[in-house]
Amino acid sequence: MYRYDNFDHRLVAERVAQYRDQVRRRLSGELKEDEFRVLRLHNGVYMQIHAYMMRLAAPYGLLSATQMRMFAHIARKYDRGYGHFTTRQNIQFNWLKLQDTPDILADLATVEAHAIQTSGSCIRSITSDEFAGVAHDEIIDPRPYAELLRQWSTFHPEFAFLPRKFKISITGATEDRAAIEVNDIGLQVVQDAQGEVGFRVLVGGGLGRTPVIGTEINAFVPWQHILTYVESIVRVYNEFGRRDNLYKARIKILVKAIGIDEFRRQVEEEWSLNKDGNSTVTKAELDRLAAGFTAPAYAALPQQDAMVLALQQSNKAFANWVKRSVKPHKVAGYSAVVLSLKQSGFAPGDATAEQMDAAAELAERYSFGELRISHTQNLVLADVKQADLPALWEAAKANGFATPNIGLLTDIICCPGGDFCTLANARSITLARAVDERFDDIDYLQDIGEIDLNISGCVNACAHHHVGHIGILGVDKQGEEWYQVSLGGSKGSPANVGKIIGRSFSFAQIPAVVERLLQVYVRERYEDERFIDTVRRIGIEPFVEYVYATPVAEDEKLLTPDYDLIKKGAPYDTPYYSPRF
Amino acid sequence: MLIKNNEIVTDEWSVLRLHEGETADRVIVPGGKVIVPLPVWNCQYEALQGRTELGLWLAGFERAEDIPDDVRRFPVIAVDFHKFSDGRGYTLAYRLRKQMGYQGELRAMGDILCDQLFYLKRVGFDTFTLRADKDPHAALAGFADFSLSYQASVDTDAPLFRRVTRGETL
Repeated sequence: MYRYDNFDHRLVAERVAQYRDQVRRRLSGELKEDEFRVLRLHNGVYMQIHAYMMRLAAPYGLLSATQMRMFAHIARKYDRGYGHFTTRQNIQFNWLKLQDTPDILADLATVEAHAIQTSGSCIRSITSDEFAGVAHDEIIDPRPYAELLRQWSTFHPEFAFLPRKFKISITGATEDRAAIEVNDIGLQVVQDAQGEVGFRVLVGGGLGRTPVIGTEINAFVPWQHILTYVESIVRVYNEFGRRDNLYKARIKILVKAIGIDEFRRQVEEEWSLNKDGNSTVTKAELDRLAAGFTAPAYAALPQQDAMVLALQQSNKAFANWVKRSVKPHKVAGYSAVVLSLKQSGFAPGDATAEQMDAAAELAERYSFGELRISHTQNLVLADVKQADLPALWEAAKANGFATPNIGLLTDIICCPGGDFCTLANARSITLARAVDERFDDIDYLQDIGEIDLNISGCVNACAHHHVGHIGILGVDKQGEEWYQVSLGGSKGSPANVGKIIGRSFSFAQIPAVVERLLQVYVRERYEDERFIDTVRRIGIEPFVEYVYATPVAEDEKLLTPDYDLIKKGAPYDTPYYSPRF
Repeated sequence: MLIKNNEIVTDEWSVLRLHEGETADRVIVPGGKVIVPLPVWNCQYEALQGRTELGLWLAGFERAEDIPDDVRRFPVIAVDFHKFSDGRGYTLAYRLRKQMGYQGELRAMGDILCDQLFYLKRVGFDTFTLRADKDPHAALAGFADFSLSYQASVDTDAPLFRRVTRGETL
């Protein structure tokens, strides 16, 4: 992976010092909360219901075993022994004290990591394909370009105070696993007829209150010009994006308002002024960045390992795990392996410090010391020898990583929700638990097959509910939590926004609603047809009809007051913990 | 007080702001070094032509492109930040410097934080007036928050990869 040079180290160290001084000024009262808020958000620090939350960057989802061990250290030393991996391929810690946050950044800096621009109205930490570099369907490895954009966007002086957050995602593969169609800018690495590398550029995608699928603004921007082209887009947005209404401030609203053709014209005009200038990327710089992403020392192996195939025949549990967790790799004899963070009884995406240490250990033993965080909130070991799969499976089981549910119903994508987040209308994590408990039969889950279930606690859509095959959104009705259900969304290849099926449901009704949706699928599906394909073929009407045909009973167990996954405990004894402050 | 060249100096300029009941066409522009808002410049264009010591200030939503032939006549142009989190003024400054050839004094005023001085300086501002409740002496430290930058802007025309040899580690 990319390693810091002296300049990267110095810049991150200076950031730690700057933030430390900001916290000092906040604690002394020199900085007021409305000023400090913006500064802390640029370092991923939120004030949540119980404590401060901090979102640490894992740029484009890639991290070393050493960095993962540092996350474990942070979980132990500053948090309550666990962390939450997010849909932005980052990690969040939920139980922090403000006065500890500068030390966390200092600790991170020792392992070439930071929390720069993981929040706030600026260019956010860039996301990519969790199988970048190893995917069987990859055309070009997007990671050198992701790192190029990371550096360009870091502390960009002109774009630190944009109208709203700005998300960039990049993929180099045929299948879009990076959800580029629902980012502010989506970049798809492509090659032209001459074999030159460039980017197909999408703009104006996004979820949130107004979900929009991105529109192509340029079919081919040569790689040398990607910085000036992206800069031109962001400059036009910074100048003309709406600032009068928070809900209309994303670039998608600007693009919709003036139309893609007019927006493209403005960007082209801007680009004509800076294209071919000094920000044109040099071959030397691209080569330097690419040197951080060369292939590891793969062994020459047969395409498939006979012993592993035999074990799949004889051991159903192993076969189930391989079927769900083991992904194709472009090098013969290797696989990418997904470590599930969707274990029953735990919040989706959560990992304990012990699990983080274990994952680091497994990465060193089986995958050249590197890991990835997927946008589905799981971990990935990208370079595992197939011959190592049985041993890795045993180790994964021992550490709670082997739930064979990757891509299945209980691989729920879930935001922190009302258990933690001040923005949420409703609980997400606890609802995920209720759904997980309802569908605990692995044979049934295997039969239902691939399905994306996404649960967001509010319209900010951190769990991307719009693009879930089944999307669940927490809504507020006179102070009570209700849930709106949508159907038929898809995160990529192609992305589309799901349709709301009708009036919303209570917390205790949702598991039964999901069950009814699945019953319609089972009734209507053709053999081997995935849930989403059935929905696309027959439309949502048969589902709507069945779900609302008779009253949906509430699950009594879910109504008990102690049905709660999060052990909250007392808030910290400090005046700086609470949003009420 | 004005921050200029990393020092606190006396501000020789006064800033004309319209108060309630005043209109751009009728407000009296005082003598001496005065920075007037764009509507006053537009409304009293003829009368102000003879004034050499006249500055202009722009709000974040205003565009220098609307008066492209005029910008170079002003010895000082100020950008007024009504809220520190509104970043339009950064692009406004970039355009004045990089695209419109403005070389006079470019001043950031209004609601700006010392934590923003490094960014403001990079996009071409060279003088700064802080809110009255902010200590300008303490704010000077903000210029030194970072000693380097990855990307090109007004202060440096080249990204880091063209300025230095990258890749060295201790």
